[in-house]
Formats: sequence, C-alpha cells, structure tokens
Amino acid sequence: MGILKPEVECASRSEMKALQTERLKKMVKNAYDNVPFYKQKLDEAGVSPDDIKSIDDIVKLPFTLKTDLRDNYPYGLFAVPNSELVRVHASSGTTGKQTVVGYTKNDIDVWAESAARAIVATGGSKDDIVHVSYGYGLFTGGLGLHYGAEWLGATAIPVSTGNTARQLQIFQDFGSTVLCCTPSYALYLGEYRRDNNIPLENLKLRAGIFGAEPWTDEMRKQIEELLGIEAYDIYGLSEIAGPGVSFDCECHNGMHVNEDYFYPEVIDPETLEVLPDGEVGELVFTCIGKEALPLIRYRTRDLCSLTHEKCACGRTTVRMSKPVGRSDDMLIIRGVNVFPSQIEHVLLSQGMQPNYIITVDRVNNLDTLTVDVEMSAETFSDTVKDLETARKKLEGAMQSTLNVHASIRFVEYGSLPRSEGKAKRVIDKRKIK
Amino acid sequence: MYIKQLSVFVENKDGRLAEITTIIANAGIDIRALSIADTTDFGILRLVVDKPYDAEKVLKDAGLTVSLTDVIAVGIPDRPGGFAETITAVADKEVGVEYMYAFISREHDRAYLIMRVADNEKAISALEAHGCDILDGESVYSI
Repeated sequence: MGILKPEVECASRSEMKALQTERLKKMVKNAYDNVPFYKQKLDEAGVSPDDIKSIDDIVKLPFTLKTDLRDNYPYGLFAVPNSELVRVHASSGTTGKQTVVGYTKNDIDVWAESAARAIVATGGSKDDIVHVSYGYGLFTGGLGLHYGAEWLGATAIPVSTGNTARQLQIFQDFGSTVLCCTPSYALYLGEYRRDNNIPLENLKLRAGIFGAEPWTDEMRKQIEELLGIEAYDIYGLSEIAGPGVSFDCECHNGMHVNEDYFYPEVIDPETLEVLPDGEVGELVFTCIGKEALPLIRYRTRDLCSLTHEKCACGRTTVRMSKPVGRSDDMLIIRGVNVFPSQIEHVLLSQGMQPNYIITVDRVNNLDTLTVDVEMSAETFSDTVKDLETARKKLEGAMQSTLNVHASIRFVEYGSLPRSEGKAKRVIDKRKIK
Repeated sequence: MYIKQLSVFVENKDGRLAEITTIIANAGIDIRALSIADTTDFGILRLVVDKPYDAEKVLKDAGLTVSLTDVIAVGIPDRPGGFAETITAVADKEVGVEYMYAFISREHDRAYLIMRVADNEKAISALEAHGCDILDGESVYSI
C-alpha cells in the first residue's frame, strides 16, 4: 500500500525528533507571544520558551484542558488575528458552550495532508472517488475527509449524512471507491444494501475509512462483508485538528499518529506522569504543526497506549491503540460527543429537575440515547396531549444543544437517584469494548 | 358546577397501580369513578373520590405527582341513545372533549359522565340547554 510522505512517515527516530524539536520550539514561542493564557500559564510554571531545547523538554510544559477552551470561549486561545483565520469548527462543550477551534490556511493544509495520508494508507490515490458521509458543518468529520481527498487530488463527493437510499444510488451511479463515515452508519448502509438486494457487483467501493466513535473487530468484519471493502480506522478530535490525527494502515495493528504535526504522549491521569510504551493512560497531544490554535499538552481524556515499534507497513511513526475508554464521562453517540452535564444543563434551562438517567444503547447498529426525567408538579397535566407537548419541547431543546436526538421518558418523581454524591447517571448498554 | 378530579402520574410498572390505589384505600377514601390514559411509558390515573382533598394529600405525601382538575359531571338517562344525544349537544356547540369516562349508578336508569372539555362554561351551557343534569361536587362525592 502507499505511503504519502515516506520522508516523514518512515523517518528514523532521530530525524523525527529533530523535526519535532524544531516545530515544538516554534509553536511554544507562538503560543507564549500571542496567547495571553499561555504566557501566564508558562510564567506560572516557571518555563520560558527558551527552556525548550528538545522535544524531550515537552514534559516541562503545563497541560491544557477542555475547560480552558470553555473559559476562553470563543476565540481566547487563538494565536492569530481574525484576518489569518480561514475556518472555525466547534464541538460539544461540557455545558451549554461549544468548544470552538480555528484554522489558518496553513492549518487547513496540515489537516488536509494528514487526512490524505489516511486515504493513501488504504491504497488511495487521485484516481479515487471519495464518498464522504460524515456530517458537514461545525463537526470536523465531513470537511476533514473532504479536504483530505481534494488535497490528494482525488474526487470528493460531499454526500453528508442521512438519506440512505440516495447514498446507495450514489455508490452505484457515481462509482464511489472509498467510503468515509462513522462505523455504525457504514454498517447501516451495508445492511440496507443487503436488505434491498443491491448486488455487491454494482458497487465500486474498495475501502472505507471509519471513525468518530468506538467500534469492534466484529463490526469491522460485518462492514467488510456487507460492503465488499477493507475497513480502516481513523482518529481525530477537533481540538487537535479533526479526523486524520492518526490512522490505520493495511496491517490494522494500531493507528499511526501524524506525529510530525501532532505530538502524542500518554500520561497517568492521576499522577500526570508520562507512561512508557504499552501502558494504557490518557492521550495528550501538542499541536506542533499548527498556528491558529497552538494547544500545548492537550488532555484528550481518551484512554489508550502507544508503541514506537516499527510497523510492518514500513512506517516508523508512533502508533496508538484504539481508545479503550474515557477518563471523563463523555459519551459518543453516533459520532457526536455528548457530556451528561449538557443534558443536565438543558433540563435545568427547561425548568425540570436535575434528576435523570441517561441510557445509551445500540439498536439495529444505530446508537440510541434515552433520558429518563422525573415528572414534576409544574410539568404534570391531566391530559396526555399536554405531557406529549412537554416531552416534544424537551426533545427539541436536547436536539438543539446536543446535536443528536435524545428520547425523553417521563418517570415518577422520586424514582431516580438524587444529585447529591456520586449518583450513577449513565447506563451504557452498548457492547463495543 | 364542577367537580374535582384527581390526576396521578403513573409509570408503566407492574404493580404500580395496586400500590397507588392501596394508599388511597388505607386512608379510607372511596373511589367513585376512575379511568386510565395510557402511553408507552406512562399513564395518567384519573379518579373521582369521596374526599378529593384528603386523597390529594395522602398521594402527595407518598411522593406522587398529583393534580386536581375541574371536570364536569353529568347525569344522563341510561337507555339507548342517552350518551349519543348528550355528546351531540356538546359537539354541536363545537366544544372539544379532551377526555371522558362514564359509569352507571345504583339508581335505576341513570348513568353519569365525567367530562374534561376545552371550555367548561360553553360545555355547561350546551348541556343545560339540552336539559342535562349537571351535578355538583357534593352529590357526586356521595353517590
């Protein structure tokens, strides 16, 4: 299979470290000089940009948290003026506010190249027709793979999500060769093909790049059979760039991190000590190749391990395991990040009690989110019509905040655990680990 | 002219209805009429009892979500067409019925309707014009 940039992706460790050192020095200086938050943070930690002489000095730098983005909402951590920005994206915050990220022209190029490396790793080239069924919009999925395909010179089809019948029609009529979407949607598309008796011969698909949510090897096999493709994993998060931070090669033995742009570390989430290869801990990234949002040691909350062993594919870049969980309570529902605190926020804003239970399940391969909410005297009515109206209103408010559908189920007052102490509010019935 | 109906929020759980009505029974409250509106997840138990305020208190004390609603109780003749004629009179005045339930009394040839309508006054004037017997609370609670 192909390798887009062998001089980087197959570089020796010393070559890679030299490149990372050069980029880290530059980005720390950029952050220190242009982001008051980082100037203060580094000053408090007693670190000056001049103290960074090697990539190994990264451990001297303080961590950045998702709450830092919220506290500096929307543009407070940007290192460039508006005139240099060419794009913003946003993802779920932990409360009402979104996490906003920005890109310079160069950042978009870095990101697109990263996504292009993932496409090339599937055997992709400019001859491919890349069918993007991730959502387009503030979510980075759609535009991330779209720009990756264009960067490579392949043909991007911006289909976005939904309208499954049309997706299958486009597969057949436009000759899509690479599918990009969430694994659960890929499975759904595959089942739709089978159930509608569309022969695999009608499809030109050869590969799929799937990410934004956890999936199992079992799902991989099902998707591969139902769509007649080889399935590849991709990882990313908007704070660091978007999809393409790391990606699967044909060996399917961990995801190669584009570490010349996104420097990874795995830490113990309690002691914050950096862990050696093979040990599971919290994944941390430093955006050494980016200008607009130069995040230093950003704690992703994803739990995984790293390995620096050379891969059979020829790449020498560090590989990360599939995330095995989270060190916070974030849920991923159909590729959308949802925090229980957002749900609580909506309930309170709608005059409901903050007593709730979130149940996540996977029905016919699609994630479902149900929120049990206690009935209150204020909301209760003697007519079903009024209660249905209240339920729909709450579902509407959830949808607009979470960007994913949540079914509301009213339960009796007093039947759910109270908010004092550590109430268990999330039941995840999906078996994806 | 109205009577008080209790509405109780009830989750769809086995035995829940038994538990709730036992609370009322233990307080010595007598049920005159009842109906249940059910949805997939929950139901609304609607009750007409002899002591509505006492019933409201014991149910609230038990942690239940309860409301008292003004509904209309109508006495109608218990014969073929008795109900149809009454409801036609209401429909003719374009008064929407949210829900209703009926029961027959111990008295011969008499039945009662409990009606929850969109516009109480309009419904009552339509019923009175039709010659219906609108019952007050005391007479219903003591049926």
